[in-house]
Order: sequence, then C-alpha cells, then structure tokens
Amino acid sequence: MDFEDTPELAVFRSEVRDWLDANAQRRTDQLFLGMEGDQAFQEAKAWYKKKSQAGFACLTWPREYGGAGLTPLHEVIWAQEVENYKTRDAHFVIGIGNCGPAIMHFASEEAKVELLPRMASAEDVWCQLFSEPSAGSDVAGLRTRAEPDGDNWILNGQKIWTSGAQYSDYGVVLTRTDPTVSKYRGLTLFMIDMRQPGIEIRPIRQMDGGQHFNEVFFNDAVVPDAYRLGEVGGGWTGALTVLMSERLAISGIQPTGFPQFLELVKSLEINGQPIARDPIVRERLATWYSQYAGLQAANKRMITAVAKGGIAGAEASLGKLVGAVMNQEIANFACQVFGQAGIIQDDSFSPEQGHFQHSVLFSPGVRLAGGTDEVMRNILAEQVLGLPQEPRADKGMAFQDIPTGNS
Amino acid sequence: MNFEFSEEQLFIRDQARNFLSQESTAQVVRSILDTPEPYQRALWQKIIELGWTAIAIPEEFGGLGLGYLELCVIAEELGRSLAPVPFSSSVYLATEAIKAWGSREQQQYYLPRLASGELIGTLASSEGLGALEVNTTVSNKGLHGEKIPVPDGDIADFAVLLARSDNAGTGLYLVDLTATGVARSTLNSMDPSRSQARLVFDGAAASPLGGGTDGQAALAQLLDKAAVLFAFEQIGGGQAAMDMGMAYTKQRFAFGRPIASFQAIKHKFADMFVALELARANAYYGAWAMSCDAPDLPLAAATARVSASDAYYQITRENIQAHGGMGFTWEFDCHLYYRRAQLLSGVIGTQPQWKEAIASRLISAA
Repeated sequence: MDFEDTPELAVFRSEVRDWLDANAQRRTDQLFLGMEGDQAFQEAKAWYKKKSQAGFACLTWPREYGGAGLTPLHEVIWAQEVENYKTRDAHFVIGIGNCGPAIMHFASEEAKVELLPRMASAEDVWCQLFSEPSAGSDVAGLRTRAEPDGDNWILNGQKIWTSGAQYSDYGVVLTRTDPTVSKYRGLTLFMIDMRQPGIEIRPIRQMDGGQHFNEVFFNDAVVPDAYRLGEVGGGWTGALTVLMSERLAISGIQPTGFPQFLELVKSLEINGQPIARDPIVRERLATWYSQYAGLQAANKRMITAVAKGGIAGAEASLGKLVGAVMNQEIANFACQVFGQAGIIQDDSFSPEQGHFQHSVLFSPGVRLAGGTDEVMRNILAEQVLGLPQEPRADKGMAFQDIPTGNS
Repeated sequence: MNFEFSEEQLFIRDQARNFLSQESTAQVVRSILDTPEPYQRALWQKIIELGWTAIAIPEEFGGLGLGYLELCVIAEELGRSLAPVPFSSSVYLATEAIKAWGSREQQQYYLPRLASGELIGTLASSEGLGALEVNTTVSNKGLHGEKIPVPDGDIADFAVLLARSDNAGTGLYLVDLTATGVARSTLNSMDPSRSQARLVFDGAAASPLGGGTDGQAALAQLLDKAAVLFAFEQIGGGQAAMDMGMAYTKQRFAFGRPIASFQAIKHKFADMFVALELARANAYYGAWAMSCDAPDLPLAAATARVSASDAYYQITRENIQAHGGMGFTWEFDCHLYYRRAQLLSGVIGTQPQWKEAIASRLISAA
C-alpha cells in the first residue's frame, strides 16, 4: 500500500497544476457551479476549448478522436487536481462521459472521425435521450418509434429528463424499432442531429425552481442510417454501455454535502455559542464523516483496480447511493440546527448563502437522476451480489402486448 | 497509487482462510459457547505453531518481523471464522503495549514468550459502566482497585493496565495475574465464545511500563492501532454473516420463489453491502495509516472503528431478520455473529467514545 505517484505521473501532475494555476481560478468556496443561463454556457465552452487545446480534454481517448491517448490514471490525477479550481465542465459530462464511450464502441469509423473530435473540444455539445414519461426505471419500456425510410429513419415520440437538450447539437437516442418482439430486443440506438425542425425542446421547471431538464418531442425527426449505433434491435447493449459510463462519470463527483457541513460546524455560532460544541452536532458530524471518508477510500480502491488494468464495475453505484442520501440528510439537519430561521431561504440572511435550504429542495432530484436509489440497490444486489432477479410480469411478451396503466 | 494488500499479504490471508475454515468451524466456536471452557486450546496451539502470534514481533525478540498489514489480513480471517481464541488480547493489545513502551528488559522477557505462546497477555482498561476512568491506584503497597470487564482476564498470564499514583500521575503498568493480590472471576457476557473477567487487585505487584509517559496518551495510541485491527475482524465477520444470509435467502422459497428475489430482501443485502464496503475502505485506509505511522492515524483509526462497528451490527441484525424464525433459534449460527458484533463493538470502547474522537479531530483541525 502506498499513495505515491510514479515518476511519470508525478511530472504529469505538476504540469496539470501549473496549467490550472495559469488558466483557472482557485476555488475559494465549495459552491457547485451549475449549468444554467446562456452566459454560463458560453463561459463553459470557452473554458473547455482552452482545456482541449492544451491537451487536457478526454485524456483517455485516442488522439485521432480528439483525445490525449493517456491512461485512466492520468484522468484520476486530473480529477484530483481540478477539484481545487472553479471550472465549468457540467455541460459536457453527459456527452463526453456517457455518449462518447458508446460512440467509440458502436459508431462507424467515419462517424467517429467526424463527430468525436468536435465533442472532445466542446465545439459540439451532446445530450442523452433515454427516459420517457412512461419509461423511467423501466427504461426498456420506452415507446419513441423509429421507422426506416430509405437511407433514413423517422422518429416520433417523446423523451423527458433530458439534461442540457437546449444547448445540445447532437444526442444519443434510444428508440423502438420493433414492437412485435420482447421489449429488450426491439430497441435501436442512434446519434441524432438536435438542430432540426422535427425536434421541439421544452424546459421542465423543477420543484426547486431550477430548469436543468427538458422534454424533447420528435415529430418526424430524421436520422440517417449512418448514425445508427450498433445493430437494428441491438440498442439495449449500447444503452447499457451508456448507463454504465454514466455511473462511472458521476461516481467520483457525486456531491455528499459533507465538506460544506464541516465548514458550517467549524464556523457557525448561534447566540455566541459555537455549534461545534453541541453533542448532537458532533455525533452527526462523526457519523457522516465515517461514510464520507469511506467513499473517499472506496474511490482509492477503485482507482487501484483500474491501475491494475481492471474496470470499475457496478460498485460505482455505491457512491451515488450513499452520497445522494447523505446530501439530503445533511441539508435537512443543518436547517434544523438553524432553528426557526432555518425555514428562510434568503441568500443574504441564510448561512452559506442559503446553500442548505437550496440543497433541501434540490437533493430529492439527485436521488432520482441517473438511476433511483431503488435501481441502484437492485444493481448492487443482482449484479454485484448475484441475488436472483425479481420475476417480471412482462417477461417473454411482445412489447405491444405488455399491459400499461393507461391503456 | 496502490491501495491494496501485496501478493504476499493476500497469500497469507488465503492460507489463513483455508486453515480457519477447517479448524475454526461453527462446531468449534460452539464448543466454547456451550461450555465453561474459556477458549479453544487446540486451535490456539495451532495458531501459535503457524507463527501468527509472532508476526509483528521483531526478529531479535523471537518474532517474524513482519508488519501491521500482515496482521490485518490475519485479523480479517479470525473475525470471519469467529475464532474462539485470545488472539486480540494477547497480540493487538498486550504485545503492542510492550513493543511500544516496554523497557529493554521487559521486551526481552515478554516478547519471545508472547511470540511462542508461552504467555498470554491482555489489556485491562475498563472499570465499569461508561467511558474509561482510572480509579485503580498504585503505591508502595501495591495495586488496589478493580477492572471490569477484562477480555481473557481469567486466562491471561499478565495484564497491561492504567493506574494512578500520588507522585507519578496516571501510567501504564504490567501486572502478573497469577501472583498474590489478584482475584479473578469469569463473567457471563453476550458472547460466551470469548471470555471476560473481573479482576480485583489487593496489593498486587505492578511494574511500570514506559516510565514517565503519560498513561492516558499511551493508551490512546495503543487503542488506535487496536481499533484498525478489530475493524478487520469486524469486516471479516460481517462478510461471513452476509454470505450466510445470501446463501439462505437464495434457497429459501416463499410464494413460489426464492425470497432473495423480493426487493424487500435484496435491498437489505444491498444496504449491508454498502455498509460493509464503506467499512472495508475505511479499514484499508486505517491499515495504510498504521503501516506508515501517518499523522492522521488517530482520525483514520476512529473512522475505521466507527464504520466497522456500525456495519457489523447492521449486517448481523438484518441477517437474523432475513432468516425469519430460524434466525432466532439457537441451532442456526446467526446469533454467533450477532453476539460477536456486540462483543467487538464493546471492547476498546463503544461508538459514543469513538465518534467523539472523530468529531474532536475534525473540529480542531485547521
């Protein structure tokens, strides 16, 4: 056991630090930079372009696709260093983290050369179109139809919970191409040009007031067959690649709320009394720390496995499951500590500019996005622990015969 | 970055697992649980012959001269197999105390005998309900006071303990438990597969250990290392209890299907897995901190202990639940793990004390 970098990686780490010092602002607080607003989007694109030109984007991708051709450990070092700076990467996580790996695996060589370098430099922004109003946790139950039309496919239907669709140039979309076979076998995955008349995007207003997500409507939207990812009817395999990449992409950056809570405990006085002296606060702090530290250390174990040539498996679900709940519980507890005034959400009055009140209202979404807590538990139980699947009422049925609540 | 045990350490772990799966079976554990025998002598003898008591003792004192990481992998397997032997008392506590604070003469006397199993030692830290207080006194009239409970106190040859003296404050002492002035009695405990005792001192001879060192500070350092080693016992036991529950619920049918296929059951196991993985990761970090004496060892140790105690309790509690009524019988082994989880979260101090250690370290850190 040791945490030292190899000489080569130590050189890389110092290059990363030097470049970040010259090109990014050090983080002075723990506030998460969101992805709302056009100005934020323009700043984000400019930042990513700079990062790409310096050779720090898509570190593990091959050079011919716009990457740096380095190893997963270089990526880890980048992530460890960039954590200390204010950067705007959120708009590109879905494209580069989720869609990129599936495109690399399933797209034609022509399409890869055409599209991946533009994704890697953030010239093009991508979104992921899987969930539908009647297909959430059971995403393979989706209904958006793709029908062949010469060298094209024509799409009709609706997607929902699409992050960043309003900024996106392209998307990866999962569609139903054959309703007469079982639900998993009738799916096909495509890349789609989002800038076309057959696509309409409407923002969804969340319970916290924000607008991260959209509804996307397809009305005779057109996709060339050259943008198909994998076989017709083989879409589920590609979708699993995307979903697994998504869990990896978010497992390291899942906010837990713990660093902010520790800062609060160390700094806040109420009526002249430091809350750090409250035994209940101390007990909660220690309990959450033991989970937070466990996640940090589990991440080190995952990195070790990757360094030895393994892949991080479904264990990546652990970080999301633990972090999302902790984030909500911490926010709720902090507002309780504030007393009656905790109900006020006013950046100029509430401690930490209302961070905890905002988290109370935002955190329910984190427990749902990218796989609900319950789906995460199923993944851990079935894929990691090998427990048997729940019997399914729709097993072996043609998709078109599966009962639905609204038919 | 390498956050894994070495090939050699994993080899030791596999060897230990094979050995204990044959020699420390549930039947062997029950031979201590069901009888007044304080520990399994035949198993203890074999463990000594394998050299495990000598692992972390320097070669110059008759040990194998290996490190804490080797001890961690053995601890995990002892925990997994619920081994009914005084290993933790003699190795993590007594041996480590003498390694750290023994005089040259004390080390020359005790360490070879601890390595060879000729002597069994223990730590007597508790004096009754609540956190660790020291009311035992030492003077030119010997040692006076009571320590309760003392793990393996009824069979150990000597104990390391804290005592107060009028002129030297609170310090660590070594006491021969077979000498006059020591009365010992075996206590009933929630885990009778491991022995607990009451020790009453009435003028017993005590020799200072680590002359001049602050006894409380020394004890805290000793307990930090022990916390990491106990955490490995806890995750080993937790893994075994979870494996037991999964095997049972996969073959137990109700409503025409294996009960493990119900989300009510499988989510329980997912939660156990999460608790265990966090505990394991924290224990690994503690092992690393211990192996290189990192400055954050006290925080790492307390974190490893808190999450391992939480995980082992949660897993053994829910393992009984997943077994249904059979889990509540004497016949099924669920209670062996549940009892051991209680024991291990009690020795060297309970959750409130260790959580407070975490909180005070975090809050006082700059």
